[in-house]
Amino acid sequence: MSDPTSLTLAEARDAVRSKSLSSRELTEAHIGAMEAARPLNTFITETPDRALAMADAADARIARGEAGPLEGLPLGIKDLYCTEGVRTTAGSHILGDFVPPYESTVTSQLWRDGAVMLGKLNLDEFAMGSSNETSYFGPAVSPWRKAGSNAALVPGGSSGGSAAAVAARLCLAATATDTGGSIRQPAAFTGTVGIKPTYGRCSRWGVVAFASSLDQAGPITRTVRDAAIMLRSMAGHDPKDSTSVDVAVPDYEAAIGASVAGKVIGIPREYRVDGMPAEIDALWAEGIAWLKAAGAKVVDISLPHTKYALPAYYIVAPAEASSNLARYDGVRYGLRVPGRDIAEMYGNTRAAGFGAEVRRRIMIGTYVLSAGYYDAYYLKAQKIRTLVRRDFETSFAEGIDAVLTPATPSPAFAVGEKGGGDPIAMYLMDAFTVTVNMAGLPGISVPAGLSADKLPLGLQLIGRPFDEETLFSLAEVLARSAPAATLPSDWWSATATAANR
Amino acid sequence: MSIDQATVRRVAQLARLTLAEGEVDHLQGELNAILSFVAELDAVDVEGVEPMTSVLPMRLKRRADEVTDGGKAALIVANAPTSEDHLFAVPKVIE
Repeated sequence: MSDPTSLTLAEARDAVRSKSLSSRELTEAHIGAMEAARPLNTFITETPDRALAMADAADARIARGEAGPLEGLPLGIKDLYCTEGVRTTAGSHILGDFVPPYESTVTSQLWRDGAVMLGKLNLDEFAMGSSNETSYFGPAVSPWRKAGSNAALVPGGSSGGSAAAVAARLCLAATATDTGGSIRQPAAFTGTVGIKPTYGRCSRWGVVAFASSLDQAGPITRTVRDAAIMLRSMAGHDPKDSTSVDVAVPDYEAAIGASVAGKVIGIPREYRVDGMPAEIDALWAEGIAWLKAAGAKVVDISLPHTKYALPAYYIVAPAEASSNLARYDGVRYGLRVPGRDIAEMYGNTRAAGFGAEVRRRIMIGTYVLSAGYYDAYYLKAQKIRTLVRRDFETSFAEGIDAVLTPATPSPAFAVGEKGGGDPIAMYLMDAFTVTVNMAGLPGISVPAGLSADKLPLGLQLIGRPFDEETLFSLAEVLARSAPAATLPSDWWSATATAANR
Repeated sequence: MSIDQATVRRVAQLARLTLAEGEVDHLQGELNAILSFVAELDAVDVEGVEPMTSVLPMRLKRRADEVTDGGKAALIVANAPTSEDHLFAVPKVIE
């Protein structure tokens, strides 16, 4: 059999279930790939012993005929999900030695369904960033490179470790989270598939909180089918999360290959922004042509408040973050830096424990929530959210089934290229994805082509609340129509030839 | 609206962030850059618009008021920087 790491999640599932491949063989191959790929810095914590024990338990269940939907399949877990007995850092110094005594609901559902944990994946600190460069544990690096260049590229963020590890075939799939684009933007940068489901579809319990009204869990995978398989296990009602919605979880995989004939796709003119690279515009036009060829009807629409979503996001997200991150005070868990009194201990702990981007967002959030400014900033931003959502509702009421946009304004950039003195340059990376979080809608990013520099580019589909199935059907059409994109040869592993590195 | 250095210090105090020497200067610049970016919202008329308080129209769920968990003091203090007798230990706060 060929290298098991080259299988998709669905292929591996079928091979393990039919006993043509054991979970142990599959898991050992992925542990080998993970350990060889340390130069990519995708894992903060590797758990090979736990993975092998889980694989053996999976093989035993398969032998007894008790295979679950993800039985024996090795996954990576974004290090924002609490995992019982395994260090969970959120990419931050302040949680550097935190070992949760409990398991997040989403990961517990993956283990319930038989999955195997390979380790915890790198991310921007507290999921705040669009390049994985704010991680206390150093940046994760994309396995992709520009044609003819050896410069390290960012995998996007905040789920950069998840996207890079899936693209480099270190795990079959990964969990991720999306507050403003943190699943879809890294998926677009690495040629992978990422879906942020409807707010409330997946439980947030046990996921380290960033901005509670925006955060949502979802998978990053190599195919649309694999994303559907993962989401079915991750989704579902959880009494421990009061915003989790009690709606039955469909068999998303059944939507793969379903006809999209007659579906009405909206093309929002406001996403055609000034200075958009011609190759992004061309990709968008190709996506429109592919959906038309599959029988969908494409119409121009207007989402007039689009440009206000990003500035409103940079009020709402920091405000909620400043509140959520107040818990890190050096008392109950995490880092403590002493001071002359308890107030100084709080201040010293938080100054040393949080990185520059997190401190900046806490400052902005504290300011916009402070006495006298609440109405001018937070309340106003929440009103703008109503307008952003109303734009989508109006289109859906007019018969639009999904909206097609580019996923990002550009392909991946180099490590160190953005995010120096000007935080806004990095924030603009989220311009096309942030509207979806503000409105609470589902959005999926699908690899659709390559840039002039041979880097992946993605398209985004936005759907009605709880209509992830239509997104999967449409995304599959895009993925099948797009030209095959081949990852550069393995330059990152210890076994790669020196010339390649 | 732009903020001065005294405001930066006051907000840092509210946020319980000890500022290093020289940090006030660049934080003031960065915060003002973000505030001028979000000032774009001044152009939007929100008269009569209700703020979005729930992502989805739903009633807040309630549960029965009963004890469902407990007896885990050792686990709860397991990650504490310092603890004594299953209590979180902090520097003295009352003279």
